[in-house]
Amino acid sequence: MNALKKLFGGNTRQFGMIFALVALVIFFQIFTSGRTLTPGNVINLFNGNSYILILAIGMVLVIIAGHIDLSVGSVAAFVGISVALAIRDWHLPWYVAVLFGLLLGALIGAWQGFWTAYVGIPAFIVTLAGMLLFRGFNQFVGKSNTVPVPEDFQYLGSGYLPEIGPKTGYNNLTILLGLIAVAFVIFSAIRSRRTAQALGAEVQEGWVMVTKLVLVNAAILYATYLFATGRPGTSFPIPGLILAVLVLIYGFISAKTVIGRHIYAVGGNRHAAELSGVQSKKVNFMVMMNMSILAGLAGMIFVGRSTASGPFDGVGWELDAIAAVFIGGAAVTGGVGTVIGSIVGGLVMAVLNNGLQLLGVGADLTQIIKGLVLLAAVAFDVYNKTQGKKSIIGMMMKNFGRSSEIAPDETTSTKEVISKEA
Amino acid sequence: MSTPITHQDPVLLEMRSITKEFPGVKALSDVSLRVKVGEIHAICGENGAGKSTLMKVLSGVYPYGSYDGDIVYQAEVQQFKDIRASEHAGIVIIHQELALIPELSIMENIFLGNEPVRRGIIDWAEARKRSIELLARVGLREDPDTPIKEIGVGKQQLVEIAKALNKSVKLLILDEPTAALNESDSQHLLDLILGLKGRGITSIIISHKLNEIEQIADEITIIRDGKSIETLNVVEDGVDEDRIIKGMVGRTLESRFPDHTPKIGEVFFEVKDWTVGHPQIQDRLVCKNSSFHVRRGEIVGFAGLMGAGRTELARSVFGHSYGRFISGQVYKDGKPITMRSVRQAIDAGLGYVTEDRKSLGLNLLDDIKTTTVSANLKKISRGIVVDTNKEFMVAEQYRKSLRTKTPSVEEGVSKLSGGNQQKVVLAKWMFTDPDLLILDEPTRGIDVGAKYEIYGIIQELANQGKGVIVISSELPELLGLSDRIYTIFEGSITGVLNKDEASQESLMKLMTSSRKAA
Repeated sequence: MNALKKLFGGNTRQFGMIFALVALVIFFQIFTSGRTLTPGNVINLFNGNSYILILAIGMVLVIIAGHIDLSVGSVAAFVGISVALAIRDWHLPWYVAVLFGLLLGALIGAWQGFWTAYVGIPAFIVTLAGMLLFRGFNQFVGKSNTVPVPEDFQYLGSGYLPEIGPKTGYNNLTILLGLIAVAFVIFSAIRSRRTAQALGAEVQEGWVMVTKLVLVNAAILYATYLFATGRPGTSFPIPGLILAVLVLIYGFISAKTVIGRHIYAVGGNRHAAELSGVQSKKVNFMVMMNMSILAGLAGMIFVGRSTASGPFDGVGWELDAIAAVFIGGAAVTGGVGTVIGSIVGGLVMAVLNNGLQLLGVGADLTQIIKGLVLLAAVAFDVYNKTQGKKSIIGMMMKNFGRSSEIAPDETTSTKEVISKEA
Repeated sequence: MSTPITHQDPVLLEMRSITKEFPGVKALSDVSLRVKVGEIHAICGENGAGKSTLMKVLSGVYPYGSYDGDIVYQAEVQQFKDIRASEHAGIVIIHQELALIPELSIMENIFLGNEPVRRGIIDWAEARKRSIELLARVGLREDPDTPIKEIGVGKQQLVEIAKALNKSVKLLILDEPTAALNESDSQHLLDLILGLKGRGITSIIISHKLNEIEQIADEITIIRDGKSIETLNVVEDGVDEDRIIKGMVGRTLESRFPDHTPKIGEVFFEVKDWTVGHPQIQDRLVCKNSSFHVRRGEIVGFAGLMGAGRTELARSVFGHSYGRFISGQVYKDGKPITMRSVRQAIDAGLGYVTEDRKSLGLNLLDDIKTTTVSANLKKISRGIVVDTNKEFMVAEQYRKSLRTKTPSVEEGVSKLSGGNQQKVVLAKWMFTDPDLLILDEPTRGIDVGAKYEIYGIIQELANQGKGVIVISSELPELLGLSDRIYTIFEGSITGVLNKDEASQESLMKLMTSSRKAA
């Protein structure tokens, strides 16, 4: 028990969300008699959810800054149809079409950012308007028709890493990626431990770090194995690759860069941030604009996967993305949240969806269960915070980036107590 | 420890050996408190000593069962399970942060949660009649229909008391009631508490303003480190401020200000004819033709009543962060400079520590190290990437040099006491290496020991040749700290006094009249 405590930093529930994810996977693996962890299903799961997870990355930044974006589904649909039409009518090659889509997303984002940041209209209103506006634009420019996209563009949403090199029975590139990931995890763990030691900061005991690394790397290697042994022609999906790159970039931006700091600062206390020289309007503008760019990307990936753009693409996506972010530990009041947390939150929902589908549970029951899970996850977190304990999700994400461990109310009591001790 | 209650003993409340633990910490250990019927009982202690925790135990915020010990009230052991239960028994607590709803009227606030109803419908006629009576009792001449947001903090405090009276209060608990009030409002409130005493209402008052306690309290219980140290009778024991401080810190403070020999250089910062309009209200000026200057190594005080425009002046100079700029010019080292944003002001070598730490100065979600570097991220970044190792080292360095009490710089700032939070804020501005640091109420809500340390830091900054402006409502603080003091009244600078010619009386005179002097 003591060993377990040390492993999870004095609180066994710290890794609650990851435990929940692992438990969920194991549960479905057993009850679907092994159909959950098959290469086909895992690849399918990533393909079918990557666009929601990409939206969650943008959404968590918006929510950290203290806003919300309800328009992402409509923006995705509008960018999707515009790109499909541009390819059909202007014969753009796929890469120019992608650039065009991102640019359009940026323009839409600038529009929404302008109203939110510079005019000062709450993002809820601006993006509620945007939700109607861009859904309407989608159906207006597409005349409510479905517009197919050519095969090379479909690669974006349904492609796989190609087979290269010697025939090993595995997909070589996937294996290579998996090994790079393992090496990277080990290298960065050792490096941050060294610097922490050099600075005289607290470090974990050696065996704790080793056990953690073994567990994490085992998971990575198992996933690599699954992706590399899919049915011929499949391997690690392109949307998954795009997602992984985005997670790395945005995880880094949010935790380690000046702009990332400013986003947390504005969401945590806008006035304090402004009086420290942070240009909060610029931050808000950029966060809203970034969200629409990612929404555009998500829209294009979806169009690639479904081979055509339609008038009802992306309906309800905003809710899935927002749910992922909140399950992942973000606070409605802003200032709290992490990219990784949101991805884990999104995966919990995705695994749930997928597992229930495999079990043959109907869409009605699936929605009921998902609703309850969202409520339970956040309630659990809130309960723990009001008990003066550290937030599970906050603790869990400590090593991944910045997040907070205090409840905004109830701070007085615990604060007084702890300051006394100090 | 506790003595049994006899019928002759006019004791209203006795808290016996109260012990309250939070995970890992003992907030209160064996605390006892006896409050007699009809007295004003003060509770003194440094921040974090456990005063508020004790009051939360009493008022049922921490319900029966979550603490050890007994609450004996009106000769019966009480088991309050929530605030409603304690209010039902006549114990009403008024918190430092007022619990009024700004959009609702005075009347609606008084009766909130306690509405007079007839057949399920609110009887507004009755409410109005009663609120007029209640407002008369607290000496507030306002229409009951006035929205709360339109009256000042002093009057809001009176509304809170009216609300308590409406609940037929027997024991009124006031947590830092005068912290946000100016002198005359404070006096009015203290008179009111004395008046309530005349009508048999017992009060417990928590305050850092020891002169006020000395003035109105009958008995004082001192709490230190979660333990009750002693109970003093103000008259019998001949209590004065020094005696209270001795109890609070466990030693006598030789002096409230560290020794300091100023090394004052030449004028390097000058503001001329500074005029600023109110941010919302057209035609209203918050600063009128104000001119002042600061020398190197000089500590300059800004004295003025609350709302006189001290903060407005400071903030508008600091990158136009308040109000509508109308006219004026800032000179630094003889050259005119313009600062249109906070960023430009910081780059020009200014720093501003806000008066309201929690809502304007700190992101309470942050930890110490991120806060320390937050106003000067550039210095620890390569390109756009923050060097978290440097961040840690910088924060460590300030933790040591300012002697911030914390287990680690990774601790959240919300967990620190007021004095330590203020040190972190000071560290944040010291890290920007400003030439002029403006400190707005730098010791508000900070206990005696930490104040002394903050004064030392301010003097050290001046010794380094920086200019320091201190805005404060506490005249003894300004007199003890500043080399020169400007007085401000209704947006205008009404005078300037050197340290040797300034006294509380001379400052007060200039602070309350528009007559130009000196």
